[in-house]
Amino acid sequence: MSTTQEKVGIGVVSEKTGVRWIPVIGLEVHCQLDTRTKLFCGCEYRFGAPPNSLTCPRCTGQPGALPVLNREALALAVRTALALGAEVAPWSKFDRKNYFYCDLPKGYQISQYDRPFCTGGGITLPSGKRVRLTRIHLEEDAGKAIHDRGDTTLVDLNRSSVPLIESVTEADLESPQEAYDYLTALKEILQYIGASRCDMEKGELRCDVNVSVHREGEPWGAKVEVKNVNSFRFVQQALEHEIARQIEACESGDPSRYPVQETRLFDGGKGVTRTMRTKESAHDYRYFAEPDLPPVHVDAAFLEKQRSFLPEMPALRRERYQKEMGLSPYDAGVLVADRALADFFEMAARVSKKPKECANWITNEVLRAFAEPEIGVKSVDEMLMKPADLAEMVDLIHRGVIHNNAGRQLLRAMMRTGKPAEVLVEEMGLAQVQDTGQIESWCREALAGKDKIVADVKAGKPNAINALLGPVMKASGGKANPQAVRETLLRLIEKM
Amino acid sequence: MSALHELDATALRNSIQKGERSVRETILETFARVDALDPPLHMFLNTQRGEALSRAAELDQRLAAGERPGPLFGVPVALKANMCLAGVETNCGSRILGGYRPPYTATFVQRLLDAGAIVVGMTNMDEFAMGSSSENSAFGPTRNPWDPSRTPGGSSSGSAVAVAAGIVPIALGSDTGGSVRQPAALCGIYGFKPTYGRVSRYGLVAFGSSLDQVSPFARSVRDIELAMAVLSGADENDSTCFDEPPLQPEQPADPGSLAGIRIGVPKEYFPAVLAGGVRERCEAALARLSELGAELVEVSLPHTDYAIPTYYVVATAEASSNLARYDGVRYGLRVEGDGSLQGMFAATREKGFGPEVKRRILLGTYVLSAGYYDAWYGRALKVRALLARDFERVFEKVDVVVGPTSPTAAFKLGEKADDPVAMYLCDILTTPVSLAGIPGLSVPVGFVEEGGKKLPVGMQIAGPWKGDARVLRVARAYEIASEYHKAAPPMATLAPPRNPAAAKNASTGEGATRGARA
Repeated sequence: MSTTQEKVGIGVVSEKTGVRWIPVIGLEVHCQLDTRTKLFCGCEYRFGAPPNSLTCPRCTGQPGALPVLNREALALAVRTALALGAEVAPWSKFDRKNYFYCDLPKGYQISQYDRPFCTGGGITLPSGKRVRLTRIHLEEDAGKAIHDRGDTTLVDLNRSSVPLIESVTEADLESPQEAYDYLTALKEILQYIGASRCDMEKGELRCDVNVSVHREGEPWGAKVEVKNVNSFRFVQQALEHEIARQIEACESGDPSRYPVQETRLFDGGKGVTRTMRTKESAHDYRYFAEPDLPPVHVDAAFLEKQRSFLPEMPALRRERYQKEMGLSPYDAGVLVADRALADFFEMAARVSKKPKECANWITNEVLRAFAEPEIGVKSVDEMLMKPADLAEMVDLIHRGVIHNNAGRQLLRAMMRTGKPAEVLVEEMGLAQVQDTGQIESWCREALAGKDKIVADVKAGKPNAINALLGPVMKASGGKANPQAVRETLLRLIEKM
Repeated sequence: MSALHELDATALRNSIQKGERSVRETILETFARVDALDPPLHMFLNTQRGEALSRAAELDQRLAAGERPGPLFGVPVALKANMCLAGVETNCGSRILGGYRPPYTATFVQRLLDAGAIVVGMTNMDEFAMGSSSENSAFGPTRNPWDPSRTPGGSSSGSAVAVAAGIVPIALGSDTGGSVRQPAALCGIYGFKPTYGRVSRYGLVAFGSSLDQVSPFARSVRDIELAMAVLSGADENDSTCFDEPPLQPEQPADPGSLAGIRIGVPKEYFPAVLAGGVRERCEAALARLSELGAELVEVSLPHTDYAIPTYYVVATAEASSNLARYDGVRYGLRVEGDGSLQGMFAATREKGFGPEVKRRILLGTYVLSAGYYDAWYGRALKVRALLARDFERVFEKVDVVVGPTSPTAAFKLGEKADDPVAMYLCDILTTPVSLAGIPGLSVPVGFVEEGGKKLPVGMQIAGPWKGDARVLRVARAYEIASEYHKAAPPMATLAPPRNPAAAKNASTGEGATRGARA
């Protein structure tokens, strides 16, 4: 069944029938908010902590314990809404979503049903396509049930009541690639504003996919929800599989095989989906307003305060780097993809007034050094070098105090030690030799016995001199200024 | 010096402060009374004798060391078994929480302890506070000290009886639809449900979260005021609790006068079904209030008839969700069932819950179900708003409204046990106040005689939202002018007092009355 369809333009053309099918895709994304404490209690949360070590009467559902809203979570949620251009409701409320499961200690999840804190907004993809958001709401996470320990199930409630925001898109997406691009952009924004770290391996970002297919110009097909899609690649794969499966089923001519409204589970190992529950067996969550929490009011002052915390969004930043700083689209993209890196760059560029040089050093040498084990620094956060030091280094090179090659050594030393550039230049003896007498004596040594080269230069082939540059640089231990060496050699040859 | 059971908390604390009795003597005598009266009345699900005695010794030392005693210093108190005290079994009268010891202490319990109170034990109750007679307790009923063949009311049955029988001067109950006011009426004591939000619910096991309020029982109005001053006040652990300082009593120039006070008498609160004796006692009390200077005004609360159905939709809906956590996973009873997870949930809940609790979970689940929500729960919320508006309109004209607390005096155990609807009608006069979230106090206003036994009658004084102090002021004026709150059930004097001084005093003929103001 895999990809027997040919993709051209919008939709998918079936190889079997030549019919063009239009996929309709919506995404529901859960992101864990990067708060100090949980949504309704004062417990911390750390991924990988010993089971049930980060719990209290509230998040273990002890009788009589009551939830108390974490204002920090609300602040991050509101910041997310503002970053996505959504409308924040002046008041919203929490609701109970009732169902039984062993990892749900209260027998209900506190979520938001008919009054989410935010509606609307959206993301513009790099292709220019606008993906609209229906709503974003706040809710608490459940704990974790661990089933792979023989015939017993173990429950870890560390994750219970950790804050999540669930964002739901309109069914605006039309291809697996668009879904991938949307998720990438969403993740970038959430990381940018510090709302979520979005580490999928730690479950900080989880995605459910809604997809149907229909013939061009006909009504939409039955909506299938695919759960448990745990990476952006899996989202693409799950969608490709599901779209192909639905088209094949629609074209089978067998009504019993036509897609039905259901929930399916994605099997990442096999790359296929399988039925989890049908519409008839769907849960009735019996939502009602959470009586333990008063409605949430967000006033203009709170809104403005959160707005003031918003950084420049990545798309705008990329544009500014190209237009105002003259960076290449590639350099702008690499820098902006990591907010910490971009912040570092901007500070360095502001000090040195040489944005292109700073960008070159960061996108080439700094990123390369992150991968070198002997540096022992893997991210901007771990790096000890300060932006002003990079700026200083760029300036030293520009002024000819050190050579580019020396800069590579200096940069790595700064990343490791955090010492100022000038101190390290001194300590490491990296300064270029400016003493003309010293340079002249190295040049004389190099010229000795090189009559052929001297003759060639005099005969109008100045490039012949290049063969002498290496020996002089070697003699100087790399510290001679190549320009000075070249000029000295020419001057000496002329006199000969 | 008066006998222990003749003292209210205020008098007892002062007696201890003056050195008339030690805290240890107080607690020993309290447990002597528990030993004598708990077997016939079944008030307690557990008692904390060892802990209480060691705390008594500590308090005596602190007093001797010159510490200024707190407002409830040395006062024995009882807690309903749905309140959390770290390490002490709190089972809500249910098998499903058998052996459950909470890992934390409720805010209001901690406030009692900080004020110097000593917890005697956890009292019997209708399972998860669902019931009006104590017959829904999984551990057998509590009996009315005025006639042990009758119910003390419920659901806060054990706490009501512990106060009425003179075991403790103050006990805590929880009132969702009348669970403190109705047993107070049937036992002849005061029971006060504050405005919803006045007392933190953190550590009170939830039944109907939008209705539940921790509510004190006492034998004097000043003890109710004292308890409220200790219990109330802001609590960051409960977002529905008022961010306000503790409740302070009104201080009228003449506490015995009700001049200038307007009292509303809702015609709906004196329906034809009202037992003759109850009507008569309440009318006599109204006449007394009028004599004290109050102006009686006939008012109407037109949606009163809808209170019972509305209450049983709202409270059961919330209960169906609140009781979902009893699934056998983390604490309490677990029955493995067929070995599957769902099977374990089902078997645990089948075995652990009694019939009334199951009935209410089913009702609550139904009214919240897709397709039924609008017709039931959604509509009930609208009627609830109408009931609240009824009161708002009336309180534009009057200070408080007054009517019977319960349509009848104490009924026989078993009389309504098989008729849930008849049992639900016990709450007909208390549920409107609960749904409106306003304060209501049951005041003893005399007795009716049935089968040769004197049975107490209670009258409810309800006030506007946050009008708690006004309600208590009216009750205090009535208290000054009446003797009913001083009457003790005959059983209360049966226990042989251990304290020789108290025995001497008791034998000098105060008999079955309490010198509460001694």
